Amino acid sequence: MSSTPSLIAIGNDSLRESFGKALSALADEFPKVVVLDADLAGGTGVHHFRKSHPERLLQFGIAEQNMMAAAGGLAATGLVPVVTTFAVFCLRAIEQARLSLAYARRNAKIVASHPGLDVGPDGGSAQALEDLAAFRAIPGMTVISPADPIEMAKATRAMLEFEGPVYMRTGRSPARRVFNDDHVFEIGKGQIVRDGSDLTIVACGVELARALDAAEELEKENISARVVNMATIKPIDGALLKRCAEETGAFVTAEDHNIYGGLGSAVAESLAASHPCPIEFVGVKDVFGASGEPEELAEQFGLTGPHIARAARAVLERKRKA
Amino acid sequence: MVLTLRSINEDPARASSHALETELAQAAAFVRKHSIASIYHAGSGHPGGAMSSADILACLYGAELNLWPDSIEDPNRDRFVLSKGHAAPALYAVGARYGFCDAKSALRLRKLNSPFQGHPHVLDLPWVETSTGSLGQGVSVAVGMAMGLKLQGLSARVYTLLGDGELQEGEVWEAAMCAAHHGLDNLCIIIDYNKLQSDNRNSEIMRLEPLAAKWRAFDFGIAEIDGHDIPEILKTFRRASVTQGRPSVIIAHTIKGKGVKYMENIPTWHGSVKFTRQQAEDALQSLGATRSEIKELLDV
Ligand SMILES: Cc1ncc(C[n+]2csc(CCOP(=O)(O)OP(=O)(O)O)c2C)c(N)n1
Ligand SMILES: [Mg+2]
Repeated sequence: MSSTPSLIAIGNDSLRESFGKALSALADEFPKVVVLDADLAGGTGVHHFRKSHPERLLQFGIAEQNMMAAAGGLAATGLVPVVTTFAVFCLRAIEQARLSLAYARRNAKIVASHPGLDVGPDGGSAQALEDLAAFRAIPGMTVISPADPIEMAKATRAMLEFEGPVYMRTGRSPARRVFNDDHVFEIGKGQIVRDGSDLTIVACGVELARALDAAEELEKENISARVVNMATIKPIDGALLKRCAEETGAFVTAEDHNIYGGLGSAVAESLAASHPCPIEFVGVKDVFGASGEPEELAEQFGLTGPHIARAARAVLERKRKA
Repeated sequence: MVLTLRSINEDPARASSHALETELAQAAAFVRKHSIASIYHAGSGHPGGAMSSADILACLYGAELNLWPDSIEDPNRDRFVLSKGHAAPALYAVGARYGFCDAKSALRLRKLNSPFQGHPHVLDLPWVETSTGSLGQGVSVAVGMAMGLKLQGLSARVYTLLGDGELQEGEVWEAAMCAAHHGLDNLCIIIDYNKLQSDNRNSEIMRLEPLAAKWRAFDFGIAEIDGHDIPEILKTFRRASVTQGRPSVIIAHTIKGKGVKYMENIPTWHGSVKFTRQQAEDALQSLGATRSEIKELLDV
């Protein structure tokens, strides 16, 4: 188990900035990496890479479908393409990702900024709440959603070291720090970031910090909540889930995504096969997002710590009755 | 710049009156000022492309469109689709000017539970006709509307405004081929050709030129005009409306940030912009707002 993290106040670093800086720092070590941009370098964080390695930043203009399939071509020549745009525009090019990246089993990476309600004021049009589900359904696609800037940087390295197609979510808004520098990130491995015995909260992305808020709130009511960071949504860490099921017997999942098809579904599918137990799903309840500040939206759509705590009480009720 | 009308029908149906032009110029000024104010209150948004499209939007809603607040469900109304959905503040402002929504409410841009989202949403505001924000899609929806109207024997027209960067989307050219193939002469595509996109100039990001030749090759009727010249915009709409057998495209040369001195032609004023109070005041002043107007717009 990794060290219990304290919530290090609100950091000023967004996940996208952390990703962009990490990519730039890793560029010399991974000389085959090229970065693909569709007129959003300032938004996705890859302006850092453009500054340090301008000759390896390929500009595709506002044309995501061409960019996605061209990544397949670049990979076919032995380069390692990193496709960057907003999560919602990755959905636009998903068929290209399916055929030209995953089906052809290319070593290509897709890094999507601006996922979920975390997008904020741009509104429902721009808030991808379906991307984890959609990319998870593509055979051979690894799907990652790191939780904080430190994990983001480590996941960027892991993604480049990994052979095969990867879809990774970053984030728009300043992200809360959860981990210390000694945090270890491994694709396919979840980790217990706070131990507990009554139930397990499994979270990814911005929801991890909120899950820790919930655990704190629950502790005051003498509810002992375990919190698991599940940054890899696919392949899901089934062994860890099974162990948590055996040890705690109830789950809450939390994600900035539709409750259908994302982390919650992945956890449920895994537990259904290994150790069925009650689960409550925290996420956006099959509706589109809206304009507003990310924290306001999280409150309105039920993603904050208190909402996770409420789901925890509900699942404990079910566990008791079971 | 030499601006010449190309192949759109040369016969203007009506001359535009001086009074109308004055009203439209005022409407365009209102659109610019209101957009600056709403983006200021929102703390984010895209001012550059709102400024460049203000004159075109004023001409559409103030003169060209056969669309009124009480006719937004009339099957025979003209349709307008803001394909460059990030210019939503300008659309809301022109809507407010012509009675489709309330000007004060529209200052609650991008706020929680406000129907004036960062990008237009048809379920929040039916008069915006369709939801946009993903570049390239609005034009396809407009093509579908134009087809649907023709199929049902309705004479209404469909207008859609695209950004120049938006033209990099392959979907735009799929839509263009489709519109020409189906002879959609009830469709008028307007390009806000401000030469800039999100990150930089079009010519740096992905070259568009020769642009008119592309549209000509797709068999559109073409006009290339000054997108800030109201009489010329009106005249061109009239000509487009009598073009038969093929769709029209109006390549409107514009200036991104038009009217706000410190913003004009500067790529960084595209989006993700948070105005300081001083910047908002300077912008409004640059747009000719009086002190009391500035107070009214910013102190709500
Ligand atoms: C499909 C898609 N990709 C990317 C974006 C992000 N984006 C918003 S505005 C913009 C630049 C648009 O430039 P342009 O079309 O020239 O608009 P204007 O200059 O009129 O503001 C970009 C890349 C988007 N909205 N949709
Ligand atoms: Mg432009």
